[in-house]
Amino acid sequence: MLKRSFAVLALLVIASMILTACGSTGTTTGTQAAPAAASGNVIKIATQSPLSGDQSVVGADIKNGAQLALTQLSGPLTAMGFTVQLAPYDDMANPDTGVANAKQIVSDPSILCVVGHYNSGVQIPSSEVYHSAGLANVSPANTNPTVTTRGYPEINRIVGRDDVQGVVGADFAASKGMKSVYVIHDKTAYGQGIAEFFQKEAQAKGMQVLGFQGTEEKANFDPIITPIMAANPDAVYFGGMFSQAAVLFKQARDRGYNGMFLSDDGFDSSDAAKIAGQELLGGAGTFYSTVSGPASVYPDTAKFITDFKAAYNHDPQPFAAQSYDSMAICLAAIENAAKANNNQIPTRGQVASAVRALKDFKGITGTYNFNSIGDPTTSKYFVIQVKSADPTQWSSNTIVQTLDIAPPAPQQ
Amino acid sequence: MKKYLKSINLMELLRPIGQLVVFSLGSAAVLSVIVLALAFVLDYTIVGRTLFAQLKVSLFTYTIVNLPQVLIDGLTLGFVYATVALGYTMVYGVLEFINFAHSEIFAIGAFVGVEILIALQGAGILDHSSLFMSYVFLFLAMLAGMAVAGGAAVTMERVAYRPLRNAPRLVPLISAIGVSFFLQDSIRLVESLTTGQFNRIFPTFGNFDNRLVFGKLPMGTTEIPLGIPIKSVIVIIAALLMLIGLNYLVNATKVGKAIRSVAQDRSTASLMGINVNRIIAITFLVGGSLGGAAGLLYALKFTRIDPYVGFYPGLKAFTAAVLGGIGNITGALLGGIVLGMLETFAGAYLSAFTMGAAGSEYKDIFAFGILILVLIFRPNGLLGENVSQKA
Repeated sequence: MLKRSFAVLALLVIASMILTACGSTGTTTGTQAAPAAASGNVIKIATQSPLSGDQSVVGADIKNGAQLALTQLSGPLTAMGFTVQLAPYDDMANPDTGVANAKQIVSDPSILCVVGHYNSGVQIPSSEVYHSAGLANVSPANTNPTVTTRGYPEINRIVGRDDVQGVVGADFAASKGMKSVYVIHDKTAYGQGIAEFFQKEAQAKGMQVLGFQGTEEKANFDPIITPIMAANPDAVYFGGMFSQAAVLFKQARDRGYNGMFLSDDGFDSSDAAKIAGQELLGGAGTFYSTVSGPASVYPDTAKFITDFKAAYNHDPQPFAAQSYDSMAICLAAIENAAKANNNQIPTRGQVASAVRALKDFKGITGTYNFNSIGDPTTSKYFVIQVKSADPTQWSSNTIVQTLDIAPPAPQQ
Repeated sequence: MKKYLKSINLMELLRPIGQLVVFSLGSAAVLSVIVLALAFVLDYTIVGRTLFAQLKVSLFTYTIVNLPQVLIDGLTLGFVYATVALGYTMVYGVLEFINFAHSEIFAIGAFVGVEILIALQGAGILDHSSLFMSYVFLFLAMLAGMAVAGGAAVTMERVAYRPLRNAPRLVPLISAIGVSFFLQDSIRLVESLTTGQFNRIFPTFGNFDNRLVFGKLPMGTTEIPLGIPIKSVIVIIAALLMLIGLNYLVNATKVGKAIRSVAQDRSTASLMGINVNRIIAITFLVGGSLGGAAGLLYALKFTRIDPYVGFYPGLKAFTAAVLGGIGNITGALLGGIVLGMLETFAGAYLSAFTMGAAGSEYKDIFAFGILILVLIFRPNGLLGENVSQKA
């Protein structure tokens, strides 16, 4: 254990080194353009997402999506005489790192808004820090209900919620005639949360829940698969990330399980096909629910996809478009707040209330209004089927269901 | 040629196979009897009734039908642990210190092998290779992994351990922990710089993912397929060959004799004309290359690797080495097999025996609880620290 915490520490040091390196190369043009920009004129918007580790494939594109929005949409603020910069942070999908970064972020007075995180388990503790500093946070990907149900005026998201997503998954299984399910989760706030909502709705729909288990295992799922094989459920549900789910699904299919695999938006990464490949297509197939379809399913993302590919040389991963919109919301709110503040740099409090006050904000993934706790008034949910074992074809997975659902009414 | 053949000590070649068979069957039998007895008793309690209500099958039947698959899985895992445990035990036997960086040597072997296979796949060679060639490629990747891992182990010894050989015992231990971090992050750095990401996935090729199916066992309303994946067979066979080779090297060759004498008494060995530094380097080379091979086998079996992949297998293998009696090659085998079995048994049956209250997530608590019990009654491990013949 000692060794592990040391490892985390060592990682932190290296990550911060890499980050500063990236940061300096990324912002050289900005600083050269306005070398003597009075520090009073610099506005920074931070991103926090995993830029290293298991989930960096998605996390890096959260940063890239925000970067693209900043480049394309910061015009009005620049015209007002401000220098707008991105401050990317690597939360390593780790709550401790996220909180440490958050403390750094709030201590930098030029940061007025945060786009992040990818993991609810990281967002929840980190946003406590943003809340204490009154710093606005727009989340492109966090689906755990707690993100908004705390009722913090600074914390918003533009995606759906797990209590709805778990329900979407269970309803889908029921509509496919599944009679029994086996539920596994990864013990994180995100995975376990989704799995619990799934379990509740599955029972309400009359399905038999044959098992409910958490695991942090990453490699050897044999001991978990043995009871699954014995219970022989119609479907196996995994609440958590692809890095575990894909390995579990592969080993279960290899073992001769022929039912359906079902997971959540944490499964939405092309690396899932790289790990499990052909096994995902066998049996009754593999499905996942998500709050973020491939960028191409939203009507207004065509230009974004072209620009993104031109800038970063690959297709946007899930949540890159949401990250673009989150950044756009931050920029619009800062602009509104600055105008209301006689074209001076607004305070954090003013930015936070400007985010909440946006009306019918037209982003590329939808039109956003926030309710009193920071949930969008309607969100899209999708159920997607894996169609190809080829990781490069991941974005061509087909949507089998699309739903527009309002969040549960906020409880005051 | 005839003379050469004659010089092969057949006894030493066959002895480890006999030991392995005895250990495997022995631990399998003991654990099976325990769970079956437990199932038989619990069958008449609420535990049995709960399972019956859910799956329409008695706990005893449930246990016995799942048993063969659990034994196969446990054995495979046990062999992986045993190959890694050998590296810990060899170094301990000779130097009496725990080489904590061995888990990173394991990771290096895995990364080198997997990178080579990914490169081959990228070049399009892997996808169109015949079955025979895919085994050749796997073997080559493993050899490369062994070579680099062995080289890394020797370098590590020369740079970080040799200067500290006469220092107090805690010093090389700390140095080993330092080397461990250094190697983890070096792998991470090299991978990030060259490939852009450090989670690597073992490419799919050959027939390793196929499964030898022995049949189906009926259980209540369902059937449990019984089988073993080809990659598990490869893991077991490769581990077996390594164990035989190592046993032969240590117990039936001149180098082995030198290793044993250095283990017994370093200064006397050097008075007898043995180059102690060279023998210690050889020990690290052998232990390191075994670790590297185990790394690739692990990647083959479990698909996904990252720079920290060595941590848990390393910890478990170290435990296995202590369980069997550290410094004792035979003990490492036994410890690995027992730990692999214990873990798999606990994982597979815990949820049925506790009515779903404690799932397989608690397997380690259970396996390590037993380990503590064993060590209380046999502090030197199951077979004892082999003092007279350590390495």
